[in-house]
Amino acid sequence: MELLLVIIIGLLYASGVYLILRRSMVKLLLGIMLLGNGTNILIFLLGKITKGSPPVINEAYKVFQDIYADPIPQALILTAIVISFALTSFAIVLLKRVYALVDSDDLDDLNTPEEEDL
Amino acid sequence: MIDNHILAPIFVQLFTAIAQLMFWRKTVTQRFLSVGGSIIGLLVAIRLFTRVQADGILTMNAANWDAPFGIVFVADAFSATLVLLTSIAGVAVSLFSSVSLSRQRMLYGYFPIFHFLIMGLQGAFLTGDIFNLYVFFEVIIISSFVLMTLGGRKAQLEGAVKYMAMNILASMFFLTGIGILYGITGTLNMADLALKIQLVQNKTLVGITSCFFIIGFGIKSAVFPLYYWLPSSYHTPPSAVAATFGGLLTKVGIYALIRVLSLIFIPDDFTRTLLMGIAVMTIITGAFGALIKTNVRRLFSYLIVCHIGFMVGGIAMFTKIALMGTVFYLIHDIMVKTNMFLIAGLIRQLRGTLDMGKLGGLYRDYPKISLMIAIVLFSLVGIPPLSGFWPKIFLFQGAFEMHHYFFAAALIIGSFITLYVIAKMWSQVFWKNPPQEDLLDDRFAPMRPYRKLLMVLPILILGVVTLYVGLNAEAIINITDKISSQLMDNSEYIEAVLGDKTN
Repeated sequence: MELLLVIIIGLLYASGVYLILRRSMVKLLLGIMLLGNGTNILIFLLGKITKGSPPVINEAYKVFQDIYADPIPQALILTAIVISFALTSFAIVLLKRVYALVDSDDLDDLNTPEEEDL
Repeated sequence: MIDNHILAPIFVQLFTAIAQLMFWRKTVTQRFLSVGGSIIGLLVAIRLFTRVQADGILTMNAANWDAPFGIVFVADAFSATLVLLTSIAGVAVSLFSSVSLSRQRMLYGYFPIFHFLIMGLQGAFLTGDIFNLYVFFEVIIISSFVLMTLGGRKAQLEGAVKYMAMNILASMFFLTGIGILYGITGTLNMADLALKIQLVQNKTLVGITSCFFIIGFGIKSAVFPLYYWLPSSYHTPPSAVAATFGGLLTKVGIYALIRVLSLIFIPDDFTRTLLMGIAVMTIITGAFGALIKTNVRRLFSYLIVCHIGFMVGGIAMFTKIALMGTVFYLIHDIMVKTNMFLIAGLIRQLRGTLDMGKLGGLYRDYPKISLMIAIVLFSLVGIPPLSGFWPKIFLFQGAFEMHHYFFAAALIIGSFITLYVIAKMWSQVFWKNPPQEDLLDDRFAPMRPYRKLLMVLPILILGVVTLYVGLNAEAIINITDKISSQLMDNSEYIEAVLGDKTN
């Protein structure tokens, strides 16, 4: 399970970085999304995956007796997912507006020399 | 000491923003709410600052969960000072934007978003939990995206794409760093991390993790190989927005860098050398970039980059004297850089352009305003005894103590080029006769007197604060001395957060 996750994280990061380095705006967006997913799985993996032992204390004990699944990484991922959802939806709208204005998907075209600005 | 009032600066901004959302499209009410909220925020920040000066570090455990387990908010001298400065800048920008912005932008919710942005800044300065710091960073960047794109002109949106891509990338680096850090230490509380990180055997892994934080905060604070988004986006939004960005957003990156390096990743030789190289290159490239710009706001954007290098250099040396220089420069820079962009907005209002070739004759037409601006420009350059001069003494002293002669040379070059470009700007904008008199579009003269006052007053407020910082340098040096002692010796911070649980 760990090895599988490690490979998935590597793939997501590598493809994310590759897509960000492309000149297309859509690929930039996809790259950001893949990187975000890679980061979330990384947090999940580094929180030490434990199967079938929820963080609930047995009535008889005062402290945890054995290894339990840490709920904090899941809380972190949940927060990160919500945040990246908001950022991504903003990015989609922004890139759509830019596409409508510039009429090009190429990031290198974003250099209008407009010195007069407010 | 536990004190629930720490959260007041955050909540004042939050409630101001929510109240403004209730008055959607009523721009006059929103303006009054914005100025009122900012002033209350300032009073609360002053109160917090005096409390921290009197009682030492204050903490607050969210929902009363004890320190390493719950989210903790901490106000030490450093946080409280930055909260105070942010509040002062917030009042000035709020006043300025109430007259300088077009009604169209206000209708689309400029004011609520502005207050959410300030809330994010205050939260980032006050939190003691690294994941909470990430969340407040996201609050800052999502608000800044909206402010940057508000208005929807082509240049603005193009700048926003670069700004958005780089800032989201920075957050990814930061989040990846947090993930690894949690994996190797099992805690997110910064004070607890400071203790747990020392127990980690694998020092290489800690070093690599620290690189994620340095890259993430480096993008946000615009240091050498990572700053290119800044000059290509900061000249596009309205001046009031650019003032908030230029004065505060890059500085929160510096704050986070100092916080993380002083608590968690105490700089080793490699980090110091890396940061020193970054600092020297940032100063040089930023200064050279400023040399060739003919648009006032593009020039200021490059000066931001140049002066970020001064602060990073102080962090790289990581001695008490050097940190005093960095913190003092941070205080000076927040006030002056915010003011510089407000001045750019005023110049545009006076002349209808920001192109230095077309500008001119401001001193002839508006001598009083020009003299006020001159004081701010002198402070930026660092003419003694104004505020830009004192931190450089400490930075030089630190550089000579540590034998960083390259950094000292870069400091001299950076300061000299700043002087040169500002002198050039002064002669072009204020002294020279405008080349085509009839093309100038003075939108300032027909304004009503109270609107004129509201436009000049924020610049005056920030100018007076800058003068105070410069002329009453002894008080500021005392504060920076206290801050840098707390940064160099983090045991006070850790004890304040974790309390007597350690013994």
